[in-house]
Amino acid sequence: MDINAYIDSGILELYVAGVLSESENQEVYELMSKHPEILQEVLEIEASVIKLTAATSSGNKSRALTLIKEKLLFKKEAKETKVVTLEKPKHNWLTYSGWAAAIILGFGLYWTLNQNNELQSDLQTVEIERSYLETQIAEARTDLEANKKLLSVLRDKDIIAVPLGGQGNFANTYAKVYWSKENNEIYVDAQGLPSPPPGKVYQVWSLKLSPLTPVSLGTIDNFMQDENKIFEIQNLNESEAFGITLEPAGGSESPTMEQLYTLGVVAATP
Amino acid sequence: MQLELLVEKFQKKDQKAFEELYNMYGDSMQGVIYNIVRDKDTAEEIMQDVFIKAWNNSASYSPSKGRFFTWILNIARNAAIDKTRSKAFKNSRKNLDADYFVDILQTSESLDDQTNSIGIKKFVEKLAKKCIEVIELLYFKGYTQQEASEALDMPIGTVKTRNRNCIKELRTYVLE
Repeated sequence: MDINAYIDSGILELYVAGVLSESENQEVYELMSKHPEILQEVLEIEASVIKLTAATSSGNKSRALTLIKEKLLFKKEAKETKVVTLEKPKHNWLTYSGWAAAIILGFGLYWTLNQNNELQSDLQTVEIERSYLETQIAEARTDLEANKKLLSVLRDKDIIAVPLGGQGNFANTYAKVYWSKENNEIYVDAQGLPSPPPGKVYQVWSLKLSPLTPVSLGTIDNFMQDENKIFEIQNLNESEAFGITLEPAGGSESPTMEQLYTLGVVAATP
Repeated sequence: MQLELLVEKFQKKDQKAFEELYNMYGDSMQGVIYNIVRDKDTAEEIMQDVFIKAWNNSASYSPSKGRFFTWILNIARNAAIDKTRSKAFKNSRKNLDADYFVDILQTSESLDDQTNSIGIKKFVEKLAKKCIEVIELLYFKGYTQQEASEALDMPIGTVKTRNRNCIKELRTYVLE
């Protein structure tokens, strides 16, 4: 490539004027970096044009610069205002994040308190359930003990079982007496008796048959409350029969025969 | 400092680099703008806009597309020409088409203070009208080669060689 011819073509003057196409600009740029003569030529053309155009300048360049720097918020001129403008967003940012943090913390605390309350009440519920279960277990144990004891009593070979049959109007009722002579106790199984009406109680009698002599063994006051309807009663008598009558609360001196529900004779001792 | 480095710094929003570039090209831009609008206050206003625009759009400049001077020269010319097309400006100003940059040089009082004022004065005195015309259109007004050839009623190739010769002459006066 003839560099001098290229320079003489006048393309570099047009390059500085800015009237070349994009590809021509690219070409000159590449040639400039390869050939120092071309770069030098461009620099001189540019310098002369700058001097010529500057000579037509009318204004105060440094005053314009001051105004430009003010508009662009440059350091020196705008130092104070810059501090303010920088300070404000910083402050806002801090404020916003501060408030955000406070709100989040507030919600967090509220949530934690709520959780705590819930846990507390859950704990209380569990405690109540636990004590209830404990009671039940204790009751079940007690019941089991009682039942075991009862069973052992009933299975005792020395026990005397006396079935009491329904009498008169109460033919469909029944009861059973298990008599442990050794312990002077009877166990009355009153499962076959209806619930006594209010103000009335069942009274258990020990009978001698000749002559017919009833002796009160006591009233069953807790009939309703007892679940298995087996009542333990002391009996020191040489009973020949047992009977159950319905009596006014508190019991009677002698049995009311119209209200004799069940009666049973002790089998003769073998 | 190397121009490339300076421009790179400027593109990275270095304020010192901006000021240095402003000092290098500020007068030149002011001259170009003033030649177009022919009003000191308006020129100063446009001048500020041009450098603010250059600062804000510095990323759009690339050395492979042309000289940095040419890039900012384009911004300045376009801003000034835009101004002359605005209604307010048209209403307040006469038709400026007949004026050339030489008028400013000949009437300028401040020219004596310029470093190269003597060289430029010599140049202007000696300069043929054909040179004034072509320089005016290509550098001050931003005409394309085609537009200049039409305005001057000469072939494109002639515009190119004439411009080359006129700038060559200018160089002998201002670059000693």
